[in-house]
Amino acid sequence: MSDYNAMELMISVAARELEDGASVGVGTGAPCAAAMLAQKTHAPNLMIVFEAGGVAPLLPEMPISVGDSRTYWKAIMANGMCEIMETCCRGMIDYTFLGGAQIDPYGNLNSTIIGTDHQKPKVRFPGSGGANDFASFCWKMLVMTPQDNKRFVEKCDFITSPGWLQGGDSRARSGLPKGAGPYKIITNMAVMDFEPESKRMRIISINPGYSLTDVEANCGFELRKASKILETQAPTETELRILREEVDPYRYVIGR
Amino acid sequence: MEIIERGTGNLFNNPDADAARAFFRQKSRKMENKLTTLTEAVARCVHDGDYLGLGGFGSNRAPVAVCHEILRQGRRHMAYAGHTTTHDFQILCAGKVFDRLDVAYIVGLEARGLSPNAKRYMQSGEVEVCEWTNYCLSARLKAGAMGVSFIPIRNLMGTDTFRYSGAIASRCPFTGERYVLMPALYPDVAAIHVHEADIYGNCRIRGITISDLDLARASKHLIITAERIIDTAEIRRDPTQTVIPYYLVDAVCEVPYGAYPGNMPYEYFSDEAHLQEWLRVEKDAEAFKVFLDHHIYSCPDHQEYIAKNGGLRKMQALRQKEFMIPEAGANKEAPK
Repeated sequence: MSDYNAMELMISVAARELEDGASVGVGTGAPCAAAMLAQKTHAPNLMIVFEAGGVAPLLPEMPISVGDSRTYWKAIMANGMCEIMETCCRGMIDYTFLGGAQIDPYGNLNSTIIGTDHQKPKVRFPGSGGANDFASFCWKMLVMTPQDNKRFVEKCDFITSPGWLQGGDSRARSGLPKGAGPYKIITNMAVMDFEPESKRMRIISINPGYSLTDVEANCGFELRKASKILETQAPTETELRILREEVDPYRYVIGR
Repeated sequence: MEIIERGTGNLFNNPDADAARAFFRQKSRKMENKLTTLTEAVARCVHDGDYLGLGGFGSNRAPVAVCHEILRQGRRHMAYAGHTTTHDFQILCAGKVFDRLDVAYIVGLEARGLSPNAKRYMQSGEVEVCEWTNYCLSARLKAGAMGVSFIPIRNLMGTDTFRYSGAIASRCPFTGERYVLMPALYPDVAAIHVHEADIYGNCRIRGITISDLDLARASKHLIITAERIIDTAEIRRDPTQTVIPYYLVDAVCEVPYGAYPGNMPYEYFSDEAHLQEWLRVEKDAEAFKVFLDHHIYSCPDHQEYIAKNGGLRKMQALRQKEFMIPEAGANKEAPK
């Protein structure tokens, strides 16, 4: 990899998933950068919502908080959390981006604790925030994350936000809104989706500069493989220019 | 109603709607002057053991001045709604104010990182925890505002967040679909920072309201801090702007920059350097103690804290940052 870094690649790949006219619930950091990049390239009418109440802002820069005043800068509406989550629950938000300290083969995410004693955890993380809500309600959940076998684990210490739960039809049976669930996992090494029946994670493309061996060695569970594994398209000159000059000029996200 | 599954977490608050009605029945509807000092408001409305809710979104329009005063008055053993709580959580942890916690989002300051001291406190085992999500707590407050004892929502199912919550999984009597029932939340006391209020407690908020309108209605006692006190004639001139009416409010305090070092929409942006200082100094417990003495315990009020952090000059800079106004002299070419 010569002229772009892993974060720039993940953001560019994620941005391409967001089509014009769609809606996306985002947080701060890379997801917001991906949504902004999509808006400035192929999806000018992508509607961005923030869980605290901001709807369709003209983001002047990266927000620091999902509730700071940038999240409703010149927006269509500044409302509240119930308004946003109810809109998600009614089925009007297409995409969301989530992350966590751990992810399992079914895309379940842990952002709550490391350890087994919930009342006295080894490490305490923030918890769900709005993650479980977005994961439950938004039609397609994407994850952007660096990949290693500490993060990609066979079993999460704690399932904070639902992926495909135990796979198969377990999510549909759980009572969560039908038809919604994890869609793509974008890492520094590869892009994964989920097998239609088993709902287990499978490799669909490998990023330039990485091999199948790298991807498998940096995952704590067995990854399924698509019948044809492609090479992930590297960021284009245009994507990189917009990302660096307009989306994140201070390199808050892409400098990480 | 059928109970399919029950979370193992304890409820720190009674969701009983008639108990809430009995309280609200005797709450004053008199439109009287409630203007007071923050010291008096906290002494009167916030008690050891109470269930506390805070407005805003952590580092945005949070009632920071109230949090400092709670620390100065040494409140302990409270229960707390850890809802979208970031810098406010960090302050409350510094005073070990609560030991029972409803968690939606804690210990983090979003893109800024995690609070070392809040992590230490949460990993100590001193705090009893019940897990929820942001929307869960919003819905619980909404149920409280509605005057009912529960509300059905469609998240949580199949996760450990459900397992460690105090929610109940049940079925819709109309369609048979599974739902998760959220018990209503009726905090004993809440504090909300607003842009403008009159002396009776009629409030105006600009920007997002997060869950504050429901928090104000569900809470038994409510402290309002306002950037500015305005005349009631102005409230009556444009009643569409009133989002919290006086009969919900127990105390009104004028606290300019009351959300500092957080962001107050259309007033001032967050002081990122100072928030980073908090995160940095927390790594060393001794240094943190000195820092807290300087910034909170030795300050008689919020104005002193502001003065210690750059005073009017800093507030002016943060106001300019909020509106993204370029620095004076940024235009190198002299205007003709």
